[in-house]
Amino acid sequence: MHGRIRTWGPGALVLLPTVLLLGYFVYGLIAWSFNTSLTDRHTGRKGPASYVGFENYGNLFTEERFLNSLKNLGVLTVAFIVGTLIFGLIWALLLEKGVPGESVFRSVYLFPMAISMIASGVVWGWLLNPSQGEDARGLNRLFEILHLHFLENPWWTAGSRWTTMASIALPAVWQMSGYIMALFLAGFRGIPPELREAARVDGASEFKLYRHVLFPQLSPIALSALIILGHISLKLFDLIYAITGPNQFRTEVPAILMWNTLLRSDLAKASAIGIVMLAVVAVLVIPYLAWTVRQENEQ
Amino acid sequence: MRGGLSKTLALVGAAGLLAVSACGNSDNSGGSGGGSSASKDVTVFTWWADGGEKAGLDGMVSVFQNDCKDYKFVNSAVAGGAGSNAKQVLANDLQAGKPPSTFQAHAGAELSDYINAGQVDDISDLYKEFGLDKAFPQNLIDNLTIDGKIYSIPANVHRANMVWTNPSVLKKASLDAATAPASVDAWIADMDKLKAAGVKAPLAISKGFAQEMVMEVVLLAELGPDSFKGLWDGKTDWAGANVTSALNKYKKLLTYTNTDREAVDWPDALGYLNKGQAAYFVMGDWVAAQQLADKVPDTAYTYWPAPGTAGNFQFLSDSFVLPTNGPDPDGTKCWLKTVGSADGQKAFNTKKGSIPARSDANPADYPKYQQSAMADWKKDKIVPSCAHGAACTLGQNNDILSALSQFSGSQDIAKLQSALGTAMKTS
Repeated sequence: MHGRIRTWGPGALVLLPTVLLLGYFVYGLIAWSFNTSLTDRHTGRKGPASYVGFENYGNLFTEERFLNSLKNLGVLTVAFIVGTLIFGLIWALLLEKGVPGESVFRSVYLFPMAISMIASGVVWGWLLNPSQGEDARGLNRLFEILHLHFLENPWWTAGSRWTTMASIALPAVWQMSGYIMALFLAGFRGIPPELREAARVDGASEFKLYRHVLFPQLSPIALSALIILGHISLKLFDLIYAITGPNQFRTEVPAILMWNTLLRSDLAKASAIGIVMLAVVAVLVIPYLAWTVRQENEQ
Repeated sequence: MRGGLSKTLALVGAAGLLAVSACGNSDNSGGSGGGSSASKDVTVFTWWADGGEKAGLDGMVSVFQNDCKDYKFVNSAVAGGAGSNAKQVLANDLQAGKPPSTFQAHAGAELSDYINAGQVDDISDLYKEFGLDKAFPQNLIDNLTIDGKIYSIPANVHRANMVWTNPSVLKKASLDAATAPASVDAWIADMDKLKAAGVKAPLAISKGFAQEMVMEVVLLAELGPDSFKGLWDGKTDWAGANVTSALNKYKKLLTYTNTDREAVDWPDALGYLNKGQAAYFVMGDWVAAQQLADKVPDTAYTYWPAPGTAGNFQFLSDSFVLPTNGPDPDGTKCWLKTVGSADGQKAFNTKKGSIPARSDANPADYPKYQQSAMADWKKDKIVPSCAHGAACTLGQNNDILSALSQFSGSQDIAKLQSALGTAMKTS
């Protein structure tokens, strides 16, 4: 008896606080939210609430405002991931070539990530001012001065869902591209130089070298980047809140709708939105985790 | 070993408990400073954190410290325009059952969220005790009464249906800044003249509630005060043809506004007016205090009730409540007494730029704009404002703002009209 405790006891002891805290503050509260989302607790009033099954979810998926926010989120996520991967990869490629003063450029590209989303959101709100022509302000003003009139546009305040959400994704792309650059750069640096030399000896062109030798080695990094960007995008709140304010239908995503719903003390509906958001992120993250675990086991 | 293990376990467990209780404390510290009632603290939760609002609160506090010597004022202000951040913090504290001694809330329908949640007490008795049933105009008391009960004491009154003008811009189209156009149609005709005279965006506007205020003054002008009030209490049908026609005029008015309306706040829009880029600006009378603070001379602007709404005083009011199960009800009552008192209202409003809710105040104590507002407050018909919580709950207002931001892009009247109707049917 004593012997067995001695084997697994210390390990369990070290894990215990983490398990307890995570169990209560993460999984316990998820369960609590899910429980609330099944009730009719639509006011802040205390006391018993009755269960209504999945009625709140049913209502959500027939509500224009919620469906609009889901579509916005989808478009935002695509625009954000594509934009960030493209810029991150381009910068990584440029730096990978060994530019003089590489560390300076690296810092310059990485720096936006150090700024809090709420601060950059306030500034981007000014930059993305929709005025054009003589009254232009922000980025439009810059285009006006450079005589690039065709680039002036109303940003997120008019146009289709794609132009609206792409404008919102722009600051996020600016902010996160440096991070993706760092990931890819680390990936490039991790490839043994022998591989390049061997490819060059075999007479591979520079394009073929990247296409067939280097990029395939980067795919695990690309997948990680995709997952990281995806879950950042799905939870994006502060940036949008700072740029457009809380009640902007055009740019509303589920996180902002949940905040608005909570503000009016509709706990059941807000919980339901939160659980839907969790499910959306889970769809992305769980296959990735499963894949990582399998890879590690194979090794 | 065994003893060592169980000791360690106990330690870890205790640490876990400590972490839990520490979190609980920090969550509530925003509003529960009055938990130690022995010190007789009165925690007052507001969103008056700077500017004229802070000065007004300070004035009220000095009266309170004089009248209620047994108690100590504890400021628990959360900054943020129109209380957008404060309401979230407050909701957390109330949810946790740790209300502040008293908190600021817009008088009227916005209170019904708290009433429905059982978070504030009926204080009709205090009205008699403090003599407020005589001091406040009956009209206002009617607007504050919900199912025969009153839940808050208003500290001030603001007027929402005001238009601020720039006379030098109006001169370009030979328009008289001193007199208002008689109706919304006449106003639109004037804006056409201004556009012809080269003013590209005669009507300055900003995002969110500023658009809601323009819509409200158009509805008030077109429907008249009684039907307008009916929109908020369910007696007027939102689907009616008169609403459609009013909303079409609102749509027309939007064509005279600055194109960056979704991206600017009301002080920016006021800047467009003062810089001569716009001729008109629809905004509540806190503009008067702002202009005084910015040292804009009296001659640089004029003001009148929005066209077609003269004789109506669209009010909003900041008020204080008695939270259910608050830390020290007697201290709260003393604060409420100060809020309703003639001295308290004078100290507060002369600095905040609003007018006192009491009808016995002396106009000579107030700046020029407030004197005219006080005269109107006495004789005009009083109608509530949705944008500022007198006529709508937080949820209704939230839905209306969302519908208006959608309309600002899509310009779809039928959709806006049905969204507004739906918003008012929910609570």
